Amino acid sequence: MASVKPRVKVPKSASAGEVITIKTLISHPMESGQRKDKEGKPIPRQIINKFTCEFNGQTVFSCDIEPSVSANPYLEFTAKVSEAGTFKFTWVDDDGSVYTDEKEIALK
Amino acid sequence: MTLTRRSMLTLSVGATIGVVAGMRSGPAAATADDVMAQIKEFSGGAEPAMGTISLDAPEIAENGNTVPISVSVESPMTDDDYVESVVIYADGNPSPDVITFNFTPMSGEASATTRMRLAKTQNVFAVAKTNTGKVFMDKKEVKVTIGGCGG
Repeated sequence: MASVKPRVKVPKSASAGEVITIKTLISHPMESGQRKDKEGKPIPRQIINKFTCEFNGQTVFSCDIEPSVSANPYLEFTAKVSEAGTFKFTWVDDDGSVYTDEKEIALK
Repeated sequence: MTLTRRSMLTLSVGATIGVVAGMRSGPAAATADDVMAQIKEFSGGAEPAMGTISLDAPEIAENGNTVPISVSVESPMTDDDYVESVVIYADGNPSPDVITFNFTPMSGEASATTRMRLAKTQNVFAVAKTNTGKVFMDKKEVKVTIGGCGG
């Protein structure tokens, strides 16, 4: 999908042991499979079904997502920072597409 | 009793009504029973305790297409004692499960926020499971003025 864009907000730095808040948004229609088109034919389901947040290669948080999640899925969660490194965010679409974003964080 | 024509007619009408009443009309919808069944499966049969987990949802959702919900579980989130996952259910949407949040000790806190679709006024449930098998639950009713599941 050309128009799928992830946006992530991560603080630039944190103290060791600090719990930070991460906000993520991805533009995606999250077609639930419930809607019908003008001819009355059901529009097939196509959603982001999985989200994962890794830090320096280790999974911190993930979600299994169903069609009841709103379009342009917004996910806010926390992470405990113990060292500097890179957060990697991954979204998986029903059609197999994978969208990613990365953010670095420094230690104060 | 003697089977008169009248009693045969009453019996068959009654049977037909029974069959029709048993069939769901319109799009399939989750029911409170579906949610309870799924919660039981998630908890491995354990009865969830109320409390320890807190589900924040608005009392009235102006737009059922996007209703913010937040969940938070009191937990030390250490390697020995942490919340593994929280599942959100809705008992009036086409399907009961909404999202599963999977936490790790690296989460720091067992809390997450998202936005969900609500087809109509219904109950939203949040069920948490810890690595030690404890299960907690919270529930909120959300009134919906304009439904948002695609219809």
